[in-house]
Amino acid sequence: MATIDETKAVEGSGDTPPKYKVIGTRPIRHDGADKVTGRALYGADIKVKGMIYGAVLRSPHAHANIISIDTSKAEALPGVRAVATSADLPEPGDKIAELGEGSVVLNHLSSNNLARTKVLYKGHAVAAVAADNLHLAQEAANLIEVKYEVLPPVMDVLKAMEDSAPVLNPDVRTEEASTGEKGDKPTNIAKHIVFEKGDLEKGFAEAEHIVEREFRTSTVHQGYIEPHVATALWNNDGQITIWTPTQGTFSVRQQVAELLFVPLARVKVVPAEIGGGFGGKISVYLAPAAAVLSRKSGAPVQIVMDRTDVLQATGPTPGSAIKIKMGVDAEGRITAAEAWMAYEAGGYPGSPIGAGAMCVFSCYDIPNGRVEGYDVCVNKPRTNAYRAPGATNAAFATETVVDELCEKLGMAPVDFRLLNASKEGTRRIDGVTYPRVGLIETLEAIKASDHFKTPLTGKNQGRGIGSGFWFNAGLKSAVTATVNTDGSVSLLEGSTDIGGSRTAIAMQFAETLGLAAEDIKPYVVDTDSVGYTDVTGGSRVTYATGWAAYEAAKDLQRQVVARAAELWDVDPALVSYEDGHVVGPDKSVCFKEIAMELSTTGEPLVGSGVSNHNEPGGAFGTHLIDVDVDPDTGKVDILRYTAAQDCGTAIHPAYVEGQIQGGAVQGIGWGLNEEYWYDEEGSMRNANFLDYRIPTCYDLPMIDAIIVEVPNPGHPYGVRGVGEVPIVPPPAALEAAIYDAVGVRMYELPMSPPRVLHELLKKES
Amino acid sequence: MPRLFIPPLLRPNCEGKEEVVVEGATVLEAVQSLDQQYSGVMDHLCPEGKLRAGMSVTVDQNVTPRGLAQKVAPESEIHFLPAIGGG
Amino acid sequence: MAKKRIVTATINGREEEFLCQPRQTLLEVLRNTLNLTGAKEGCSNGNCGACSVLINGRAVNSCMVLAVEEEGADIETIEGLAPGNGLDPLQEAFLENAALQCGICTPGYIMAAKAFLDENPNPTEKEIRFSLAGNLCRCTGYDKIVRAIQQAAKQRAEQSASCEKETV
Repeated sequence: MATIDETKAVEGSGDTPPKYKVIGTRPIRHDGADKVTGRALYGADIKVKGMIYGAVLRSPHAHANIISIDTSKAEALPGVRAVATSADLPEPGDKIAELGEGSVVLNHLSSNNLARTKVLYKGHAVAAVAADNLHLAQEAANLIEVKYEVLPPVMDVLKAMEDSAPVLNPDVRTEEASTGEKGDKPTNIAKHIVFEKGDLEKGFAEAEHIVEREFRTSTVHQGYIEPHVATALWNNDGQITIWTPTQGTFSVRQQVAELLFVPLARVKVVPAEIGGGFGGKISVYLAPAAAVLSRKSGAPVQIVMDRTDVLQATGPTPGSAIKIKMGVDAEGRITAAEAWMAYEAGGYPGSPIGAGAMCVFSCYDIPNGRVEGYDVCVNKPRTNAYRAPGATNAAFATETVVDELCEKLGMAPVDFRLLNASKEGTRRIDGVTYPRVGLIETLEAIKASDHFKTPLTGKNQGRGIGSGFWFNAGLKSAVTATVNTDGSVSLLEGSTDIGGSRTAIAMQFAETLGLAAEDIKPYVVDTDSVGYTDVTGGSRVTYATGWAAYEAAKDLQRQVVARAAELWDVDPALVSYEDGHVVGPDKSVCFKEIAMELSTTGEPLVGSGVSNHNEPGGAFGTHLIDVDVDPDTGKVDILRYTAAQDCGTAIHPAYVEGQIQGGAVQGIGWGLNEEYWYDEEGSMRNANFLDYRIPTCYDLPMIDAIIVEVPNPGHPYGVRGVGEVPIVPPPAALEAAIYDAVGVRMYELPMSPPRVLHELLKKES
Repeated sequence: MPRLFIPPLLRPNCEGKEEVVVEGATVLEAVQSLDQQYSGVMDHLCPEGKLRAGMSVTVDQNVTPRGLAQKVAPESEIHFLPAIGGG
Repeated sequence: MAKKRIVTATINGREEEFLCQPRQTLLEVLRNTLNLTGAKEGCSNGNCGACSVLINGRAVNSCMVLAVEEEGADIETIEGLAPGNGLDPLQEAFLENAALQCGICTPGYIMAAKAFLDENPNPTEKEIRFSLAGNLCRCTGYDKIVRAIQQAAKQRAEQSASCEKETV
């Protein structure tokens, strides 16, 4: 069960956190009935009249030049309506598109959708076919003849950095992140990043204990249960409609417009309900090809990926090689820290090495530090965001070194963290200082927890702790609120709902107007029906779209006050909105009543709100894990799990707990079992849910989520994003727990049974 | 007066300083002020007065969506950092 | 291409007659021919449980069964679970416990849980976790799903106890 730990608020202010009427309650989500009855329409449930079906031909090679593509046999098959290759996508040249949460080299995105001259990973899309039914489309795809010149694949990040490594992209040069300087020869090293603070040498000279370690982590996938799907109609008037489950309808619109060279105004994106995203459903994989096939066939085209395609060809998160060196003085204060990090970008550049480099030491106050990071291309699918992208790999490495230092110091890990913890004003290695944040509060919550106070009882049992950080994002959102004649409100918003967010948005709106959550009807609508809204990602929706909803409610307050003053014939300065009521000199009328009155006396009441605020505050989490390690098999069982996280203000605590629990379990999978297993030809051998095994309910105990509330001063309701940070601590905490249980250090992820057993046997001999 | 934090690889161009006091009411003006003190730095930081793709500007503690146009206060800190994407 | 066959089966209590090719899975026919899209395709090879339906009372991955095999079978899908325009205790429990985030695994989970509770009305937490390990969820971490099933078990027991009282 979860507990809410209301911390003392701003230090020295003496204020207690405000109490709310709707915020903090647990209403049933508005889309609940649809979701539990099977009525909700996810991407593949969408059927458009006259729809035909697409299939994609994918590369069997990890690295090859495309010599020729012959589609004639496919086109000749009865029932085949269109075939598409990269020849049907315009060449984007050098253009870089800004997508709100980052930029993308359009040439790479285009080639990733349909390979132009080279294939860069097994599963890379080469051609697409549309036919009367899916089976025919698949048969036809297999009739397309592609001649490849197979090249040696490079599958390891360190090997890819060597001068002798085969180069994936001849156009890629090493770019120095801060200066923009580019190297002069083709390389797999796409980017180099450096952060420095203080005097590293001096810092290490002052250290009493120093630990230096190397780490490797494997490629892992977001693992959303719903595969990618896109349905496209290129209408007879040139209007393109895309129905797709996505984390960003406006992002998809822009990507499709850019890749097809059509004006933005001609593209409309309709969100289907989405079966999980975690960052992996932002880039487009199918929509451009589906649109082209629709244009060529004159019919709507639906393309669905199967699980193998999803694993082999959609952006996982990088595997990595990381070196950490950290020094502490005799009291346990960190004097210096150094990191060297290489992240796999997959076939095209763009790993989250920047974020990784900024997060690696983010939990600690480091006086002297240096971080060096590399973005490296390898013959694996182009990586994409996965919940706090870049942070989990880094935290695993740093927290393990911290755990070793604690052992040298004879210091309790939680106390080490309390001593060195980042707090308001701490300056990160990248130079930015923190606003009010709650890492210390999460550590104290863990220390005060029942879990922490309960001793372990068995042999081969161990306990570990880990902390993590994520920035969270602000970006842009827009909301429209129409007041119905009965005083209820329809709320239109553009943030696709991957976790119950439409209710959290409705709750903030209701709170502001003094209504009940049930009075609000939130809808996620298409790109023509609401103002521009950035992606559902970066833990931003409750913060940013919630703020836009707050603004829309404020807008309605102003309108209602002005119209009531008119109606009552009083000076507007004497009318105000308080606590869900319009209050005049001698009257106080609740929103519903005044709305009903106004609907008969004047114009409709429509409110709107926008948000472009960027003070998301950042989020910290600390996890405590008890494990039992079987010394004969190396299997790690989780006995008990407690996660404390600073959530600002928990709008809907059940869904906040859900984010903590869900993220923690993804981190558990990352830490204990998930990896992409490649053979020497660069073929993924476990591209299915049996062998790429994500945690099942049988692998886990209950996950206790402790919601710590250190309100974010940068939001009207103190909201902090909660979605991403919970995936950061688990592998780190698991490593410490395994060491505590059986005395072996794990420097590689996943810490799967064969690896743990290997270390145990090594230790014995 | 605002302080502009210098990325490590540009510090040799700025006499090794980690931060430089600059003048200006916007980030762009601050960079121009830096360039007046250390000629040529602007070419690296924001060539042609534009923010490079993949870079973001943080003023004080927050990434600003306005990039170089963001107004800065006398006590502001200005940082140039990689753009971060969430998931 | 083989000719389509006529298959007759009871689906959610109603006799349905449909045409299908021998190579089509039950999942495909439910979704594309019968427009019952509640069962989802998550993995295509029986590893995620998102396609779970009940066949003659047993939870089955419908992606692993050919439609032609189900001649004469009694099939229950999520669309047939709710009584009238209310909700089944499992559906209610999932909502009250926030046991879904994206909801894609939910229909499969509810049907698998129904089959499980029909057979084991008073399960322990471990039994729930063991029996439902074939249904994957990536969003929730399973904590709230297990709690929802525990709540539904209790509610179903209470309902059937009160039914028994009435008939006595």
